[in-house]
Amino acid sequence: MDDVAVDDATLDGNAIGGLLASVFGTEMTTATGTCGSCGAVTLVAELAVYLSRIGTVVRCRSCYSVLMVFTEIRGVTCVDLMGLASMS
Amino acid sequence: MAGTAVRGRLTWQTATVGLVTDETPKVRTLRLEVPDWPGHEAGQHVDIRLTADDGYQAERAYSIASAPGEPLAITVERLDDGEVSPYLTQEAQPGDQFEVRGPIGGYFVWEAGTGGPLLLAAGGSGVVPLRAILRYRSLAGSSAPVRLLYSSRSWEDVIYSSELDLPADGVKVIHTLTRSQPPMWHGYARRVDIRMLAEVAWPTAERPLAYVCGPTSFVESVATGLVGLGYPAGRVKTERFGATGQ
Amino acid sequence: MSPISRGFRRKREAAPAGRVPPGQYVTKDFPVLSAGPTPHTPLSEWSFSIAGGREPKMWTWEQFRSLPSENLTTDIHCVTRWSKLDTTWQGVSLDVLLAAVEYDARYVLAFSDGGYTTNLPVADLLGGKAWVAFEYGGGPLGAEHGGPARLLVPHLYFWKSAKWVRGLRLRDTDEPGFWENYGYHMYGDPWREQRYAGD
Repeated sequence: MDDVAVDDATLDGNAIGGLLASVFGTEMTTATGTCGSCGAVTLVAELAVYLSRIGTVVRCRSCYSVLMVFTEIRGVTCVDLMGLASMS
Repeated sequence: MAGTAVRGRLTWQTATVGLVTDETPKVRTLRLEVPDWPGHEAGQHVDIRLTADDGYQAERAYSIASAPGEPLAITVERLDDGEVSPYLTQEAQPGDQFEVRGPIGGYFVWEAGTGGPLLLAAGGSGVVPLRAILRYRSLAGSSAPVRLLYSSRSWEDVIYSSELDLPADGVKVIHTLTRSQPPMWHGYARRVDIRMLAEVAWPTAERPLAYVCGPTSFVESVATGLVGLGYPAGRVKTERFGATGQ
Repeated sequence: MSPISRGFRRKREAAPAGRVPPGQYVTKDFPVLSAGPTPHTPLSEWSFSIAGGREPKMWTWEQFRSLPSENLTTDIHCVTRWSKLDTTWQGVSLDVLLAAVEYDARYVLAFSDGGYTTNLPVADLLGGKAWVAFEYGGGPLGAEHGGPARLLVPHLYFWKSAKWVRGLRLRDTDEPGFWENYGYHMYGDPWREQRYAGD
């Protein structure tokens, strides 16, 4: 996305370190994610994170494609990682 | 993977509020007692979860203000329209309980073995994890040179001001006060910009490592500025706090 | 069992009887929930289009603003459990917009700048139930709340009121939009508490 003004409410992967650790069972902010759309390789700590009670959306910092979505449905945390080509 | 990172407990543990200290009119430090706290690294944070008597829960992340080895403490800035920060800064008293998860984070951490020179850039409450790094540096006996560039609205908003007025050997603290300055103020009096970074930041030839923390717009602006000065992107670590009172 | 945090409660207002759907609480705030960066499309580049009818139809900002519009006061209900009463808006009714198109589709996918989508039955956009709103609280709709224009469908949970809306795609089948894809209800009636798929 060109010309994206800085959204002060936008966070980064540090903000979901606890969520990621509880879902994956280990510290994840130093893992790298590869975007399934543009191929950009980014540290999870540096991804763009949009946090709200409806769900948490993690986007590629280069092309803003959705990489991960976390929702809480009836008390169960649901994770969608379809936007990632890989994460290691 | 951070092989030496402290493996935090991934489940919620009960924390009991201990000593509370008002740092500024809007900022309070709370010591937390957590049974079996595994310890933490400088720069890590904890998730806090409050539960109301009707079962409603709210969660936020707060940086750890104390150094590894010191009792666990968090420093919280009250956001006027916040949900959790008004509770932590005005209501919570010693003996009150909530839940804590952590310590969390393996990216925005500094260990003495990493060395320096370090450029720490703090916007408002972004100073909290950087202060943990400074306290740890002293306890670890590190001689890595440090420059802390700390942006605040006014002198009254400077957190840990007396501590930062007596920095350890090899640590230089540079304040900028963006909204109002005390009489006889000779320091910077504007938002951090490229010119200020060029004057304050370590030259790239010294292979510095930067840690930038604060509101998102502050972090974006400083990180971009440092990369523009030649800092490799991989040597600029960022932690965005979202929209804050800044 | 989580320990109770003494003295912590969420901010809630009095809830007049019958106004608040099950499981909701009333707030005076207007929380902003986002799935991505706030778009800032210049009005000179903005358009609203309806595709999937006999012929595509498009309005520029000037054309859209010269359509008849209405003022309305309504309650809104977010799936995250807050409700805000007596919100005031100005917008163009979907009755006006859909009247400009010949179609026989039964569903739409509303789409927005930034890629957000949400699905609705066409019937829920007609009969004075939905608007493309460009003013809130007496002033131009701010970007953080979906400006320059957002979909407004107050009888459904507010995630269906797509911010930064740019148009509708008419469809024969009901396909899930953004949040519906991630587990939220395909229809979203707050009075039947249809928050999640399967409710």
